[in-house]
Amino acid sequence: MRKTECLAMILAGGQGSRLKALTKTVAKPAVPFGGKYRIIDFPLSNCANSGIEKVGVLTQYRPLELHNYLGSGSAWDLDRTGGGLFILPPYAREKSADWYRGTADAIYQNINFVKLTDPEYVLILSGDHIYTMDYSWMLESHKRNKADATIGVFEVPWDEAPRFGIMNTDKETGKIVEFEEKPANPKSNLASMGIYIFSADIFIKYLEEDGVNENSSHDFGKDIIPKMLNDGLGLYSYAFDGYWKDVGTIESLWQANMDLLQDQPPFELNGDWKIYSSNPSMPPHYVGENASVKESMVSEGSKILGEVSKSVIFPGVRIGKGAKVTNSVIFPFTTIEDNAVVDHSIIAQDVTVKAGAKVQGKEEEILVIAEGETVNA
Amino acid sequence: MKQVMGIVNLQESNATIRDLTATRAVESLPFAGRYRLLDFALSSLVNSGINSVGVMLPDFSRSVLDHIRSGKDWDLARRRDGLTWLPAALPDGDSRKGDLKDLYANLDFVELNDRKYVVLTTGSFVYNIDFNDVFKFMEDTEADITMVYHVAKRDRNAKNVVVQTSTNGIVTDLAETSTVKVGDKLAMSIYIMPVPTFAYIVRSTYERGGQDFTIDGIIRHASEHKISAYEHKGYIAHINSTAEYYKANRDMLNPEIWEQIFMDKAHPIFTKVKDEVPVQYKNTANVKNSLVANGCIIRGTVENSIIFRGVTVGKDAVVKDCILMQRCDVGEGARVENLIADKNVIISKNRWLKGAENYPYIVAKNVRI
Repeated sequence: MRKTECLAMILAGGQGSRLKALTKTVAKPAVPFGGKYRIIDFPLSNCANSGIEKVGVLTQYRPLELHNYLGSGSAWDLDRTGGGLFILPPYAREKSADWYRGTADAIYQNINFVKLTDPEYVLILSGDHIYTMDYSWMLESHKRNKADATIGVFEVPWDEAPRFGIMNTDKETGKIVEFEEKPANPKSNLASMGIYIFSADIFIKYLEEDGVNENSSHDFGKDIIPKMLNDGLGLYSYAFDGYWKDVGTIESLWQANMDLLQDQPPFELNGDWKIYSSNPSMPPHYVGENASVKESMVSEGSKILGEVSKSVIFPGVRIGKGAKVTNSVIFPFTTIEDNAVVDHSIIAQDVTVKAGAKVQGKEEEILVIAEGETVNA
Repeated sequence: MKQVMGIVNLQESNATIRDLTATRAVESLPFAGRYRLLDFALSSLVNSGINSVGVMLPDFSRSVLDHIRSGKDWDLARRRDGLTWLPAALPDGDSRKGDLKDLYANLDFVELNDRKYVVLTTGSFVYNIDFNDVFKFMEDTEADITMVYHVAKRDRNAKNVVVQTSTNGIVTDLAETSTVKVGDKLAMSIYIMPVPTFAYIVRSTYERGGQDFTIDGIIRHASEHKISAYEHKGYIAHINSTAEYYKANRDMLNPEIWEQIFMDKAHPIFTKVKDEVPVQYKNTANVKNSLVANGCIIRGTVENSIIFRGVTVGKDAVVKDCILMQRCDVGEGARVENLIADKNVIISKNRWLKGAENYPYIVAKNVRI
């Protein structure tokens, strides 16, 4: 078997409770995004494009649809001989069966998988961020610094810094001197992106110690990283300056979708850095005689007979004559019947908005219609 | 349909559609924004539950090979059965034309396949057929061979095999004609028959100097077999001229036909997956009655057109009654009407180009205007 240089582990077990109705039946990483994708397509595609050939996906909450979606990993070119995609849900052992108790525990429970793969480096990713990033540069920086751990950081506005895990670094070397979780008076505005590269030996040692520590909350940000810092290990930051968005809330998910509609989108959509996804077999969408589509993204298999503006339309959506869809995100196979109005909303899969019905949200309070519902006039 | 195997015969003559087929077989002509013509036959076979399919390669085979690859996008990359490539017969001093030589050379594939029946199709039709219905018709009519036809809806000048049937669906006459009248029953180059019957027809006809499966194998020996003919009532187009190609593409702008061909959940049309982003419509976009494939960026006006994957239409550009294939680029202020642009055509800023309504202007691959 070829030697695995870098093993990626994607934490995809989160419930995403702040996405409310959208995660009633699916885990957060499986939530649709951007007209044809699901959130987890971004880290998976980044891995594929960064030359990472072995990826473990740790699932837990409502895994059925996510497992079904991931399949053999072929959509991301991860159906590889002797490797590729590994789906890692919690499992029962001789004495007990535990849920994943935290981000670090999820990996700890799969430490045998990490050992079996025998990588030199382990890349930890989360399955709920929208960004395109070449991890190979971060790995280069990790090697160059001879670091024990490298943490991806991102500059956030100073007033938002108290909401994040903040890294205080040595300006010259990028070496992390202090880590503060949600500090009231931040000394820096470099927020952790939840992306870590660890050298494998140290990684395994710290996880095994943490795993048996009764007092730990088993979290990378709260336990592992502070402990490593305390022990004087070499932790470095790797600054990312592209588009990065945590889509953990309805408003941020909506905003990230709207960001794609700018005349120049925040990251290259049509370039070489493709975002792969499981593709439905559907024809190009049809735009009708009296339709109007502006400042929007529309995917395959949709039929637009009404008016669409500043909206993201997923595959198989029907928008009837005289219907008006503005500032909204419409998930697959939803029907907006004739003369219905949808504004500032996210409409989940297989919803029917009946003829003449009105779904009206506000910019500061995006309305969500849950999967399978019918909205009557 | 576990006992049935399929063959897609891509050895068709494409003399009448030469403009667009100079470098590709007619079966791999791009169609309806993201497909190639052979997708329809191949998907119909797969959706009918036929999981052993031979694809008989045309002379220009690169675009076909590149399109189908392992057959994975049609679920034909299997450990057992799945896709089998049937290459053309080696040149051996035999100057005979036609598909019979290649069928003869590949008879092993059919006879050693362990299936009882074979469905023979070609790749130049647009349709979505469930072959289970055809198979059942064959059993009901107790025929040796069942063929599929459709009823002509308009007069045209084109070579076609016309079928005459008795009221119980049994073929009474078959003939190749050069004009078609409304109401004619036109053969669709689809045959189902038991493997031994197929092998017998191919072997005996080829060894007696035959060239063409339909003409020499079927029509000339029609009286030797009990042939029944099944009517396909759904949409169909036979792409055998540039005009037909243009018309059939534009038929897909009819939402009913679009639904019937593409949106039947149990019978999707599969094609090579390209991972393009959804279409981006900018604030100056103005699109009416068009099909737009993923990967396009639209800033201008598009009407009554088929826009393939990855096309860009600039600001103030106008695209009317056009077929723009993959990665065409219509510059700012350009205006194109009644045009078929092959892949990677660039229409520079402010250029105007117009074809006739019934005779589209064709721009070859990779041309910059």
